[in-house]
Amino acid sequence: MDLSSINLVLLLASLMVAATPLLLAAIGELVVERAGVLNLGVEGMMITGAICGFAISVNTGNPLLGVVAAALGGAALALVFAALTQLALANQVASGLGLTLFGLGLSALIGQGYQGVRPPSFPRLSIPGLSDLPVVGRILFSHDLMVYFGLLVVAAVWFMLKYTRAGLILRAVGENHDAAHALGYKVKRIRIMAILFGGACAGMGGAYISLIRVPQWTEGMTAGIGWIALALVVFASWKPWRVLLGAYLFGGVTVIQLNLQAAGVAIPVEYLAMSPYLITILVLVIMSADKSKAPASLGRIFHASR
Amino acid sequence: MKLIKYLSTAALALGMATGAMAQDKLKVGFVYVGPVGDGGWTYEHDKGRQAVEAEFGDKVETVFVESVPEGPDAERVMTQMALDGADLIFTTSFGFMDPTINVAAKFPDVKFEHATGYKRADNVSTYSARFYEGRAIQGHIAGKMTESNIVGYIGSYPIPEVIRGINSAFIHARKVNPDVEFKIVWAYTWFDPAKEADAAKVLIEQGADVIFQHTDSTAPLAAAAEAGNVIGFGQASDMSEYADGPRVSSIIDDWAPYYIDRTRAVMDGTWESTDTWDGIGPGMVGIGEITDRVPADVKAEALAMKEAIAAGEYHPFTGPLNKQDGSAWLAEGEVADDGTLLGMDFYVEGLEGTIPN
Repeated sequence: MDLSSINLVLLLASLMVAATPLLLAAIGELVVERAGVLNLGVEGMMITGAICGFAISVNTGNPLLGVVAAALGGAALALVFAALTQLALANQVASGLGLTLFGLGLSALIGQGYQGVRPPSFPRLSIPGLSDLPVVGRILFSHDLMVYFGLLVVAAVWFMLKYTRAGLILRAVGENHDAAHALGYKVKRIRIMAILFGGACAGMGGAYISLIRVPQWTEGMTAGIGWIALALVVFASWKPWRVLLGAYLFGGVTVIQLNLQAAGVAIPVEYLAMSPYLITILVLVIMSADKSKAPASLGRIFHASR
Repeated sequence: MKLIKYLSTAALALGMATGAMAQDKLKVGFVYVGPVGDGGWTYEHDKGRQAVEAEFGDKVETVFVESVPEGPDAERVMTQMALDGADLIFTTSFGFMDPTINVAAKFPDVKFEHATGYKRADNVSTYSARFYEGRAIQGHIAGKMTESNIVGYIGSYPIPEVIRGINSAFIHARKVNPDVEFKIVWAYTWFDPAKEADAAKVLIEQGADVIFQHTDSTAPLAAAAEAGNVIGFGQASDMSEYADGPRVSSIIDDWAPYYIDRTRAVMDGTWESTDTWDGIGPGMVGIGEITDRVPADVKAEALAMKEAIAAGEYHPFTGPLNKQDGSAWLAEGEVADDGTLLGMDFYVEGLEGTIPN
């Protein structure tokens, strides 16, 4: 065992990288669920975003354009879900599961010909002075821009839900859509917008994997992170900062357990391998003891005549 | 009563009809653990499937199911394939072993072929490739080329096949570089690009400048390319798209000749339950081109070792070798027997860490 081979600074830095895709997908799904819609298609939207972003940034040579394309791709897939559940009033669980399968297949189709291609590298933040600081500079000020964007989205969602009228309306729709409807709010329109936002976030989360974290395109490369994002929203009691905490915990423990393994720590690897799931759930379950509840209209179909 | 009679006659006729149809065309099924586009393990198996189609044309029909989890789902997929009339089913991951045996017991007329396992039955054959022969060559290159003397190794699951690869690579790296150390990370997955990339990054952060992988995607090579001064090897497939970057050589699994042979055997009615374990010699394991990043003398040595292994003059597990605890395993000049290799559950002397159970 040789713990000195673990570089704490690099570890903290890679923790933030490992957490970002999960964070983006989860915060998007949080908004969707706060609007009263359960979209189980996160995995499908992520993988679609991953390939859309990858293809566009390879073809244009501009990774930022790729991220925009990923958001659009994820939102486009989410639009299918929105049409099914909000206009055709289809079952949300079935539609969401279908969306995941569809997204996995669609991405494999688009991805033909992109295997083994290397994407253009993503710009990193570099503030003269700050980025060169010892320790702090590497941990806080020299990531790719998406890491900061993820944090910004969390803050924006928190602020919007808590302090703005738009956030209040969104929550009202999620808690009691009949009452919101009676007050004259366009329940369907609000929900569709929330679903599109969720799709865009999931798409960007996927693109983070294919453009920055790995970076390459491989079929099925999100490998279940969408499902973890879904679970994270529940365990975070639909609260933005807890989603952040959960995502960083999960990313952190994932990176730490790999570091401990490489350093040869004498903890059985099986325990290390399951520790990210276990620790994240444990912490968030303890925190959710304050009786936070799911949005009351979550997963219920809204029709103005009922 | 009459109705039941009609129905049963109809069912019988139907059964005979499908039976007759199945005889026209041999149906060959493949069960994959990852997506066919993983660029590695499953990709090569699917190339084998395509070779079967190309060889027999109209006489075969192939079907495959990709990304099948190792567990109860695998059993369901195989059962469905057998019910759909498959005559020969290839199950291409170690974790499909028990499901294959279970399903094979229910369908005695269907032939099964399980890759990398050790359980056989009258209608279940096993086949695998001696990947460790390729690992020996890679270990040699790694030992010669590492500057930090730290080699990172991403393992999938602690099963004999993976442990064999680690031992083989380590023995040959140590042989040419007594200071080399291996850092081993178990990913507990065959295919998860994000996790594989994370594992590679962690190893690189801890000083490794050579990365071995025993997982299926090209993600570790992508991470190595990103890090810059790190080399790696193609795993299961050539992964030549990284040849101008970190990939300096590769192990290529060539399943096509075997798949064609076995399909023909079923057609001829000569199929028997067998155990095949071929290496570089018969061509089941190929060594991908060694790039110019490898110094010429090292490349020549690596190629010489390849020739020696192919000709049967050299065995990668030749004594004197000790086990990790220092106890003697192979005496001077002694060669490991296949039984020990197939069940290998120990590290050789010099490797650090313990193997998870």
